[in-house]
Amino acid sequence: MMHNIRTLFKLTWVEIKLFTREPITVIFTLALPIIFLFVMGGVFGNTPNPDVYRGVGAMNYYMPSYFGLIMMAIGTVALPVHLAGYRERGVLRRLRASSFSVWTVLGSQMLVSFVIAIVGCILVTILGFVVYHPDVPVYIGQLLAAFILGGVCFTSFGFFLGAVLPSTRSAQGMGMLLFFVMMILGGAGPPPEVMSRVMQVIGEITPLHWVIYMLQNPWLGFEWHTNASLITAGITVVSAGLAARFFRWE
Amino acid sequence: MPSIISVKNLRKTYGKTVAVDDISFEVTKGEIFGLLGPNGAGKTTTVECLQSLRNYDSGDIRVLGLNPCHEAQSLRRRIGSQLQESALPDRIKVWEALDIFASVAPKALDWRVLLEQWGLADKRKASFASLSGGQKQRLFIALSLVNNPEVVFLDEMTTGLDPAARRVAWDLIRSVRDTGTTVVLVTHFMDEAENLCDRVAIVDKGKIIVSDTPLGLIAKHTSAVRVIFSTDKTDLAWLKKVPGVKKVSSRGTRYEVEGSGPLLALVAAALVEHGIVPPDLCSEQPTLEDVFLKVTGHSVTE
Repeated sequence: MMHNIRTLFKLTWVEIKLFTREPITVIFTLALPIIFLFVMGGVFGNTPNPDVYRGVGAMNYYMPSYFGLIMMAIGTVALPVHLAGYRERGVLRRLRASSFSVWTVLGSQMLVSFVIAIVGCILVTILGFVVYHPDVPVYIGQLLAAFILGGVCFTSFGFFLGAVLPSTRSAQGMGMLLFFVMMILGGAGPPPEVMSRVMQVIGEITPLHWVIYMLQNPWLGFEWHTNASLITAGITVVSAGLAARFFRWE
Repeated sequence: MPSIISVKNLRKTYGKTVAVDDISFEVTKGEIFGLLGPNGAGKTTTVECLQSLRNYDSGDIRVLGLNPCHEAQSLRRRIGSQLQESALPDRIKVWEALDIFASVAPKALDWRVLLEQWGLADKRKASFASLSGGQKQRLFIALSLVNNPEVVFLDEMTTGLDPAARRVAWDLIRSVRDTGTTVVLVTHFMDEAENLCDRVAIVDKGKIIVSDTPLGLIAKHTSAVRVIFSTDKTDLAWLKKVPGVKKVSSRGTRYEVEGSGPLLALVAAALVEHGIVPPDLCSEQPTLEDVFLKVTGHSVTE
């Protein structure tokens, strides 16, 4: 048991280093949200307008949205491409032959995902507060809970995609598609209020939409979004179930 | 000596293709046991079943007393694997790979020593992708040994190694055997099997044709010694009367005499008697290659 934990931490540490050596994933998970932060902040500032952004300032709206965006980038691009690539190239096979358990392999991926998400959110928070002075989160505890549930949700979602997508190429294609659809329509792009009804409906069926609501409410001082948290939990359970059902070592 | 691996009537098919037809063998503790055969003979499938990397249709396998189907994890912890098809992440460094693979085993070897032994010490901080084919191969062998396994499976381990590195690898594997580790070697190289294996099983079309020590196989399945020389003289019919000679063939000025017994001495004497003193006179002992040709009816590359 003890050396299982040691293996888990060693593998996690190596995976964190591998992440930092992979420019594409670093760009998608850490750099893009920061670029969006400056583009949106530069265009909309933080003056509230009752017609858009749920009636709050744009930056108050976007700060928690970008937390969701970072987790979503991990779940759609970083994790699936990584896992599908590992399987395609025989890395999973190599690990399995040396008695690495599925819990060690996926557990390390989950830990890495959280470390990256935390680093990304800290970066966005620091830069956002320094440049745009948004309001500080109202319910920190609830925000933390939403962060953990959102992180677990997108990690499961990433495991699911990584389990069913057969190759690096298909994972990249599907990952990019989901990333851009969710980013634009799921609540991290233009204000939902200005989108057409069809765009809103598509936005509402993306996991990101609900994760963002769940994160925004405690930040903005709104009531905990029970529906959003239940839907997020549901997506987590279904994704994890499908991932377990379809996971293959080779 | 107790048997550490026992395989009985192993069979594995992929759709209609029979990969392993009916294979049975035993491996005793502390020996280097080789599965020798051409590509597609079923060697890799067999050892993959032994390492619980593949399910099999029927048969009975015990490795270290464990059933690979039901006790996969406890088995994998005690064996080492060098797989024919596998890889590491491109950007992982050599030492990082050894370090995490060592962390799986409670009694792991010091990976720094392995790095030295396998000639990778100066590649310690190199990324996997930057290694040459031979270096990757040596890293995979080192990874298969780092958990201090009781049995190590090496599947075409010298593929991609230059001749000097092969000799070094053979010596290192012998020393691994001498510390008590049992070695199962899959190869299609005749010289590797002959030089390295304590016992060899010749595998062809999903079956073991024969198995014994390399010398035992040669003694049992070949009889011909060959004597080879060159000469300008053409009428050498008298050679057939030399005791032990069975066949004389020639290609241009090069002659090949096949037979048994002390052929070289007798042929040499007869040649000198007829005034022929070829500078290149030599004899060739039969090798595993001849055994392979004899028992399978084809060469290993066919």
